[in-house]
Amino acid sequence: MTSRQSLGAVRSSFAPWADPTATPLVRFEAVTKRFGAETAVKSVSLDIYEREFFALLGPSGCGKTTLMRMLAGFETPDEGRVTLEGQDLAGLPPHQRPLHMMFQSYALFPHLSVERNIAFGLQRQGLAKAEISDRVAEMLALVRLEGLARRKPDQLSGGQRQRVALARALAPRPKVLLLDEPLGALDRKLREETQFELMALQQRLGMTFLVVTHDQEEAMVMADRIAVMRAGEIVQTGPPPEVYEAPNCRYVADFIGEVNLFEGQVETADGRLVRLSSPVCPQGLEAAEDDPLPKSAAAWFAVRPEKMVLHPTPPPPGPNLMQGKVADIGYLGDWTTYVVEVAGGQTVRAARANAARVVENPVDWGDTVWLTFARDAAVVLSR
Amino acid sequence: MKRRSLAAIAPYLWLLAFFLFPFLLVAKLSLSDQALAMPPYAPRLDLAAGVAGIASFLKALDLETYLRLASDRLYLVSYLSSLKFAAVGTVILLLIGYPMAYGMSRFPPAGRQALLMAVILPFWTSFLIRIYAWVAILKPQGLLNAALQGLGLPALSILNTETAVYLGLVYAYLPFMVLPLYAVLERQDPSLMEAAADLGASPLQAFWRVTFPISMPGVAAGALLCFIPMVGEFVIPDLLGGPGTLTLGRTLWTEFFANRDWPAASAVAIVMLVTLVAPLVFLQRRASTLAAAS
Ligand SMILES: Nc1ncnc2c1ncn2[C@@H]1O[C@H](COP(=O)(O)OP(=O)(O)OP(=O)(O)O)[C@@H](O)[C@H]1O
Ligand SMILES: [Mg+2]
Repeated sequence: MTSRQSLGAVRSSFAPWADPTATPLVRFEAVTKRFGAETAVKSVSLDIYEREFFALLGPSGCGKTTLMRMLAGFETPDEGRVTLEGQDLAGLPPHQRPLHMMFQSYALFPHLSVERNIAFGLQRQGLAKAEISDRVAEMLALVRLEGLARRKPDQLSGGQRQRVALARALAPRPKVLLLDEPLGALDRKLREETQFELMALQQRLGMTFLVVTHDQEEAMVMADRIAVMRAGEIVQTGPPPEVYEAPNCRYVADFIGEVNLFEGQVETADGRLVRLSSPVCPQGLEAAEDDPLPKSAAAWFAVRPEKMVLHPTPPPPGPNLMQGKVADIGYLGDWTTYVVEVAGGQTVRAARANAARVVENPVDWGDTVWLTFARDAAVVLSR
Repeated sequence: MKRRSLAAIAPYLWLLAFFLFPFLLVAKLSLSDQALAMPPYAPRLDLAAGVAGIASFLKALDLETYLRLASDRLYLVSYLSSLKFAAVGTVILLLIGYPMAYGMSRFPPAGRQALLMAVILPFWTSFLIRIYAWVAILKPQGLLNAALQGLGLPALSILNTETAVYLGLVYAYLPFMVLPLYAVLERQDPSLMEAAADLGASPLQAFWRVTFPISMPGVAAGALLCFIPMVGEFVIPDLLGGPGTLTLGRTLWTEFFANRDWPAASAVAIVMLVTLVAPLVFLQRRASTLAAAS
């Protein structure tokens, strides 16, 4: 517990990307990669700083692995360049790059035991025998595979193989570690434990991590910054709270966590408040927003379910009020999610924390309810 | 159930009919004595005489031929010389066949099929004709020397030497080495090479630490597939090696056809089988079951 807290303290003051004088460790400069007619990575620019835990998030096939492979040296960019510590990596073969990659397919050596797989990179570094066996033991303990050191990869389960691949990439303690879906095959509990251990290890050894993941919760927990990708492009980059609370487009809002999107036309936008006319809300929608928007343009309000307020009885009329019928209830123990069908057939999700054991105002299927949200709970999106 | 049991014993029936039965025939022959008769050995089994016939037949069998093999140095010399040809030939085949198979497996998939065809193509002509072709190439006034003369180089006399035998062996058995090697190398996951490079292995280190060990089953299969028939090879040493080359195959041929000593020929065959082929096949099977178990 203490290590986690101190980790948080270190974390909260860590923001080299906000410092204009800091030089990034890894830099993608307008990198493009094509496979035949298909463009897998489109003009991506990305800076990753020393000791940063950086997560790449995006749907399948959006180019995450390709981006990593260009850094590791297995693909050559068609345009742009990749630099490490300011040095252009072009022409440097993979085995001379001071970074290691954990492969999405694991790529374990089938003829070597678990421990010799993990020792492979250490032997290439020419470490002493005793040190190699110490490190291997340390890695085996980290990934909880102490008992399986002498097994061959084909005698392991999928999750065990994944942990061997992780240990093998971690063991030589590279400057930059590239992890392609490192925890995808682990069960929830082991995955959470490994997440925290990875974070602690990264802090302790001062490594820089670039992690690919499908799991946005995992990215939120582990990463200092997240880049959200779509079809070969980076749509938004920022620390988890920023990406979650201030998405810059509907795609990001929808991809990270759950969101209710209300579409409307701009009635007024005076630099402090934006008012939309929308079929779901007779009295209109209002949100605090500094940026002016052109009148009658299409805009969206994105509101997270936990920021929707559910009323069993009608609240006083005003903006951001909508009426609907409960279509579904999802009880999650700590939270209950209500799916409410409002005017125009749109469904809106509202989450309520179950603060008391007995719900004072029980809401049931088919009940008529009212939903509101605060003006500063909505993010105004124009695309 | 019945079908399955039939399917299960079918291979054994096959082995019984085409391996064990001929083997027993040859074994029996090797225990008989040479005779001036047709066929040229005694005793003959006289089934009409009943049990007494079988008993007298069994009594007449002895190990005399084997004692003769042991006492005559000719057999030992040809046995060792055959072993040498087969062993050196296998090593040369590995040295040539491995790079070939490796190159083929790293070729773009479309080209691989063409290369594979090129390796198999020689099988479409008779083995004997191909070896005779080498005689035509290597003989003193043959194609090779004509070409050398054309270039103003001194002529070579290769035919009827050990070199010619090795040339023929390597030429004839190369596909048997290349194909199993190609099969294992082509199957190898290319991401293993990437992982090795990623962990700091140079291409050469990656080859010796990853590609080569993983291809060992192919190396063993290719070596066995070439070594065993090369030990008993007759045509190549006979046509290219000249009269001075002693091999088991030639000795066997001489005993059988020239000396009409069927028991001696059979004994040579049995010795080869028992001392060489059987242990090798057994070892190979054990290694593969071990590999499968681990
Ligand atoms: N070697 C290749 N040849 C041709 N196309 C490729 C190659 N590698 C990747 N692609 C294509 O490039 C695109 C991006 O692939 P990439 O592997 O980077 O996706 P990803 O984001 O890692 O997906 P996932 O989450 O499923 O692993 C895909 O459409 C893929 O089909
Ligand atoms: Mg991928």
